[in-house]
Amino acid sequence: MMGTTLFIDPGRCIGCQACVAACRECDSHRGKSMIHLDYIDPGRTAAAMPTVCMHCEDPVAPCAEVCPADAILVTADGVVQEAAKERCIGCGNCVDACPFGVPKLDVAEMLQYKCDLCYDRTSVGLAPMCATVCPTGAIFYGSVEELEADRPGAQAVDVFRFGEAEVRTGCAVVAPDTFAGPVPGGM
Amino acid sequence: MSEAGAPRAGAVRYPVVAPGVGDFRGASATEPAAHWKATAAGERLVPTHCCFCGVQCGMYLRVTEGRVIGVEPRNHDINKLRLCPKGVSAYQQVHHPDRLLSPLMRDTRDGPLHLVSWEAALDRIVSEIQRIQSRYGRDAFGVLGGASMTTEKTYLMGKFARVALRTRHIDYNGRLCMVSAAAANKKAFGIDRAGNPWADLLETEVIMVAGTNIAECFPVAMQYFWGARDRGAKLVVVDPRETAMARTADEHVALRPGTDAAFYNGLLHVIVRDGLTDERFIAEHTVGWEAVRDTVAAYTPERVGEICGLDPRQIQRVAHLWGRAGRCWAAHGRGLEQHFQGVENVLSCINVSLATGQLGRPGAGYGTLTGQGNGQGGREHGQKSDMLPGGRDIENPEHRAYVAGVWGIDEADLPPKGTSMPEMIWQMAAGEIRGLLGMCNNPFVSLPNQAVVRAGYEALEFHVQSDFFLSETAARADVVLPSTVWAEDEGLVTNGEGRVIKYNKAVEPPGEARTDWQILCELARRLGAGDKFPFRSPAEILDELRVASKGGVADYYGITYEKVEATGGVFWPCPTLDHPGTPRPFEGGRFYHPDGKARFHAVEWRPPAEPPDQAFPLRLTTGRTVAHFLSGNQTRRLPGLVEQTPRPWVEVHPSLGFADGDPVRVVTRRGAVTYPALVTEAIRPDTVFVPYHWAGPIAANLLTIDALDPISKMPEFKVCACRIERGQAVDPVPEPPMPPGQRPYQPETAPLGDPRPPTSPQGRGTAEP
Repeated sequence: MMGTTLFIDPGRCIGCQACVAACRECDSHRGKSMIHLDYIDPGRTAAAMPTVCMHCEDPVAPCAEVCPADAILVTADGVVQEAAKERCIGCGNCVDACPFGVPKLDVAEMLQYKCDLCYDRTSVGLAPMCATVCPTGAIFYGSVEELEADRPGAQAVDVFRFGEAEVRTGCAVVAPDTFAGPVPGGM
Repeated sequence: MSEAGAPRAGAVRYPVVAPGVGDFRGASATEPAAHWKATAAGERLVPTHCCFCGVQCGMYLRVTEGRVIGVEPRNHDINKLRLCPKGVSAYQQVHHPDRLLSPLMRDTRDGPLHLVSWEAALDRIVSEIQRIQSRYGRDAFGVLGGASMTTEKTYLMGKFARVALRTRHIDYNGRLCMVSAAAANKKAFGIDRAGNPWADLLETEVIMVAGTNIAECFPVAMQYFWGARDRGAKLVVVDPRETAMARTADEHVALRPGTDAAFYNGLLHVIVRDGLTDERFIAEHTVGWEAVRDTVAAYTPERVGEICGLDPRQIQRVAHLWGRAGRCWAAHGRGLEQHFQGVENVLSCINVSLATGQLGRPGAGYGTLTGQGNGQGGREHGQKSDMLPGGRDIENPEHRAYVAGVWGIDEADLPPKGTSMPEMIWQMAAGEIRGLLGMCNNPFVSLPNQAVVRAGYEALEFHVQSDFFLSETAARADVVLPSTVWAEDEGLVTNGEGRVIKYNKAVEPPGEARTDWQILCELARRLGAGDKFPFRSPAEILDELRVASKGGVADYYGITYEKVEATGGVFWPCPTLDHPGTPRPFEGGRFYHPDGKARFHAVEWRPPAEPPDQAFPLRLTTGRTVAHFLSGNQTRRLPGLVEQTPRPWVEVHPSLGFADGDPVRVVTRRGAVTYPALVTEAIRPDTVFVPYHWAGPIAANLLTIDALDPISKMPEFKVCACRIERGQAVDPVPEPPMPPGQRPYQPETAPLGDPRPPTSPQGRGTAEP
């Protein structure tokens, strides 16, 4: 069930990296961006796409599943939290397990960092910083109804297929309404 | 929160909200940040706007203990919380370790800069002004301003030059930015203003955007364009590069640089041929149609296709798209304007809108996108060589008399029209201008044909420059005055829509820095004109500006700080205190020539000043990248922006035979620079692109041509002839200049030495090592 969540709409992305700059401003990881911004068709077009933590829900987030230190908690609201600093052992299992390539390992600190959906903001009713500043709405925070009202013909997809495995996520991507089935994940 | 419930220091943050209570999939995205703001102890949120481009996004500066510590999005009517990477990073200028904190001076023209007191610096400036003006005449001292200053400051620049210095030589960096659009707008409409607020875009059916990379230069304006497309609008992008906006456009018109007027004439040819003109609008609201109709008759799609390097069928498709739609919007930027025939290019675009009646209604819009934060307001009130406050004409006797009256001077003492910024540089080299005061500009990066620019400044006997970082231009000055960033002063700014908004002061200036208006008032006092410059605050300057603009085309009389703060901004003209402002100046087909009608102007396409030939077979065009701003003085020291885009590159088509990162030497008749190649299919094979924000040996403006539009005097940045060849090694990025004995701030990630191009024109992907 998609409630108020993040939607990634790559067709609108202009690759400006406002999301990256905004993520760096977070008081809990100042100077480090948790967003991945990829230019996905270099040499051919200016296409770009941001990747945030998709907050996998079915099965349980792979990063949390493989964490030997039980550092990655999933709060009851469905947010897959960043590895707790007092528990994280910097093993990098989560980095390997994440199908979207989201968590980062700071090798100097031996700590994991990842997007926690701006928990300081979303837990009090604010949109995450990336979605707040995104100039184009390529990162959208709201309900699927709000998304559809804003963008007629948009379809939100929250199922990804990686090989044999399907992953249902808490965040979604926007696809044309002609698109059917899970989003093919890269390997 | 009770003490028992207070989180322990260092505790994990999430128990602050009990699990299940703060369901992120139930939370609202649109409510204001009241609760969250209140929890940030001791923090003050100062409402203001961004210091960068002409969009002028609203933002809050987070201030604690007299320091700006960050930014918080602001739900202002212009940007609706959104910001670009420059906007997010803007606050990092405020307490940047490279800030100039005290005046610098060199004792001889070739001696080193050293710290000096304000007293000594001001004494030196005043004695040099007096020496030069008494020896060579008043006009031998020039003033160059800029359009990133508040309107109050730009007004004071003009008044300072004409009243305190009584020199005719004042101009500003908008000469490199907006003047072609301004001149064409005045010719066609009798007013230099955008036709509509951007919110009108949401009702349009066809958008045609020419020569503006909105996704990189005005990212936050994109929400209006994408919003229009969400509602079914078709998008036409005219640009030799397939920019992020052009990528998904319904029509990407990838014409050759320097052929815009031919393209618009071709559109109008088809529109006339196929009976798609609005004859009633033409008859009731315009003058001069017949000459235009006759001129475009020769611009058949086949001929235009030949000139522009386009498929003739695309010209017909675009003409039909535009001509058959009910509501169309034309927008343009520097790609259309920075040309030898920049004014005519803009007029040829306006001709299409006029002939089809696509003006003055919601969804039927027109406007240039102003490049600088105060590009619009900065050109209206008198720092332009031919203008007086209120958009008045310095050669019009009535206008002169009015402004002289406001200033309390004899009209005969008001100097005549001066010359443009590029011409002033030439006059410096020729010894006609011997001394210069520069504020808010960096010609050592921003002007074309840098060798000539350097020669002009080298020939000066005295040069004073103010800035908050030591710009490349300031580093060559005899006296450098430390000035403030936008967060350390208040004042009005007019965005690209013609909407007047206000910067608010967040913190005190650091060290001995002073605002530019304080500097001008103090210099005026020492020059014996203190009674004309008694201002103690920007509000007092505004009060005089309002009167000085009253009755002019750009009438700001009804605009006050209170009114701006109480609304989402006020659109000029606003002639009385109870006037609501003018969001849509052309509503009802009303224009600002005495007869109320718009003017057509017949335009014949002319080739660029320097067409390609056998020796220089390619076209070089220049422009911006999203992480940097204009001459880069404000952005090349901010770590996040440097990490995103550390260096310039040359964009080349794969057919030219280079690989990504190859050193490619770009050669023009004026210079040669070796850049790393960014090889992409998203550019015409006959065109190469270099971004212009960098200085010294890697400046794109070492290569560009200083051919000027005969009307606007805008240089032709957007096309000149070049050739490319395999280079030895990529030219390195120089460190930004610093006062003697200091090194620039070195962020942990210091990619300045990296010779590679970015992944894409917008920068380096975050996964890149």
